[in-house]
Amino acid sequence: MRQVYLDNNATTRVAPEVVEAMLPFFQDLWGNPSSMHGFGGRVARYVDEARGRLADLLHADPSEIVFTSCGTESDNMAVRGAAEAAGPAVRIITTRVEHVAVLSPCRHLKEHGHELTELNVDAEGRLDLDALREAVAGGPAVVSIMWANNETGVVFPLSEIAGIVKAAGGVLHADAVQAVGKLPIDVSRVPVDMLSISGHKLHAPKGIGALYVRRGTKLKPFLLGGHQENGRRGGTENVPYIVGLGRAAELAAHTIDTEMPRVAGLRDRLEEGLLKTCPDTRVNGDRRHRLPNTTNISFQYVEGEAILYHLSDAGIAASSGSACTSGSLEPSHVIRAMGVPFTAAHGSTRFSLSRYTDEADIAYVLEQTPPIIERLRALSPFV
Amino acid sequence: MWNYTDTVLDHFRNPRNVGVVENPDGVGEVGSLACGDALKLTFKLDDEGRIADARFKTFGCASAIASSSALTEMIKGMTLDEAGAVTNQDIADYLGGLPEQKMHCSVMGREALEVAIANYRTGESGKKILEGKVVCTCFGITEEEIRRVVRDNNLTTVEQVTNYSKAGGGCGKCKPDIARIIDSVQAENRQSEAPAAQPHRMTVLQKIRLIEETINREIRPMLKKDGGDLELVDVDGNRVIISFRGMCARCQVAPFTMKDVVEAKLREFVSDELRVEEEKP
Repeated sequence: MRQVYLDNNATTRVAPEVVEAMLPFFQDLWGNPSSMHGFGGRVARYVDEARGRLADLLHADPSEIVFTSCGTESDNMAVRGAAEAAGPAVRIITTRVEHVAVLSPCRHLKEHGHELTELNVDAEGRLDLDALREAVAGGPAVVSIMWANNETGVVFPLSEIAGIVKAAGGVLHADAVQAVGKLPIDVSRVPVDMLSISGHKLHAPKGIGALYVRRGTKLKPFLLGGHQENGRRGGTENVPYIVGLGRAAELAAHTIDTEMPRVAGLRDRLEEGLLKTCPDTRVNGDRRHRLPNTTNISFQYVEGEAILYHLSDAGIAASSGSACTSGSLEPSHVIRAMGVPFTAAHGSTRFSLSRYTDEADIAYVLEQTPPIIERLRALSPFV
Repeated sequence: MWNYTDTVLDHFRNPRNVGVVENPDGVGEVGSLACGDALKLTFKLDDEGRIADARFKTFGCASAIASSSALTEMIKGMTLDEAGAVTNQDIADYLGGLPEQKMHCSVMGREALEVAIANYRTGESGKKILEGKVVCTCFGITEEEIRRVVRDNNLTTVEQVTNYSKAGGGCGKCKPDIARIIDSVQAENRQSEAPAAQPHRMTVLQKIRLIEETINREIRPMLKKDGGDLELVDVDGNRVIISFRGMCARCQVAPFTMKDVVEAKLREFVSDELRVEEEKP
């Protein structure tokens, strides 16, 4: 049976080139880059090279890259580190649709004496910039706003957001875990102070992430230990994975201009095909400002987990914001923040493509999905 | 993915008895689109009073569909007394077990069956009616329903109650109430309950103030969380007239209307003689 993987916002296939780049660092180059001998010395320059490659992808300086263990660590380090550096009671501003890796530390800080504002989005998942202006007007704040949403793919206008936050004297962190590798990102033009990156969302393995920290940003280290990462993050460098992330960043930089428009074309074909063949179907999120690889579609009157199990039986991997799959009993917080009606919220299904997706994959999904929706609707008491 | 048994997956992939019985003797509808799962059960009796045909329509996850399918298979051929004795655990056992977090699917089956039997015997509406105090406002679960799952399944923790009834699975504010209910059911098993507190008289002004306070403290925050709001239009004796705004005004699908939730809260905190009426904009 054909296998079609359309859950790339959850995790991506590790690129074969990345695996190849990593292998020597398990087998031969296993030294500690901090050591004062040849075993380590030989390794250190590969860490530097990887740092340079990731910096190039973001148009940053290599000294501004801190390697971490994952996107969640990067988000925690940014939000908690900036709040701790700013004082005992800081104003923190974020949005209701952030990933839990940002929301949870923000809410944790609120419980520990900091003040928290969670900005709303509209029905299409767009941020109210006037509300942001109002929120930052009260004085310097730590602001954490995602570059692109993992569930809907909606892209926030980070240039404008950065302008607003910096004009008010705030510190801005952007969770760019979904954006890096899919959208051109240039920190020399967009004045964000910090930016989170996750390796396994861009064809590097799980267990490696990074935080871009603009020079001069006040940040307390999160993981206390040795002098690694310029004293910003303790712990012996995860060399094979750092090398893998560097190679993945290099591949992303080379392919983004050609591959992402192609992926967007496939995504549009999938979306338009499903809207045409399945009645009572809607797209969640602003279609004009969206990641090229993501579509979030609600099949009304059917439930997401049931859709995913049938898709999986057909060899298709997707994801859902329904209650049964969100890890709670309610639909995802993103779908609820957008006010998606209940008729549609539980049947929200996310298809996320990658540069490995091809036309035959999309044709197969377009052929398999409509009968699944029809079968489930035949069971539904609401149809 | 969930660790579903082969029987669950079989009933999900090949559901038995899908549909609606023509001219049914009993109809039971529980759940809603808002809650994420819903079941409509219909049955027809033969001349001897046994269930000759039972059919279902279900909106929900794989285990909700499987539980409904299993239920219809189980009750065919049963008398209504036999069917009335089917427990949610029986449904789960028939399927070779359900993941703990999915036990509420089996409870939904048992509830639909009870409503359908009541519909046949008493002519009651065939829809679940909320009676008594609403504890979990996110999912509209009453104290009585929570007591029932605690008693039926011998539950001891809030987490279990959430897995079996969904209560506490939304905003989580009612978790302390659920813990109290568990304690009280356990205490009941040992001795009878203490008498309820005496209601006290209040002036009209005090009543209106208390209504406003209750709306602001108990009701508005939960509506706002889902993008809705309400307005107190008037208070006339024990009639409270309200009007919904935003998402709440458009939500047409709940089995319990939001009006009932508001009424339950106002009765709990103000006076149990209040009646809530909705003014449509």
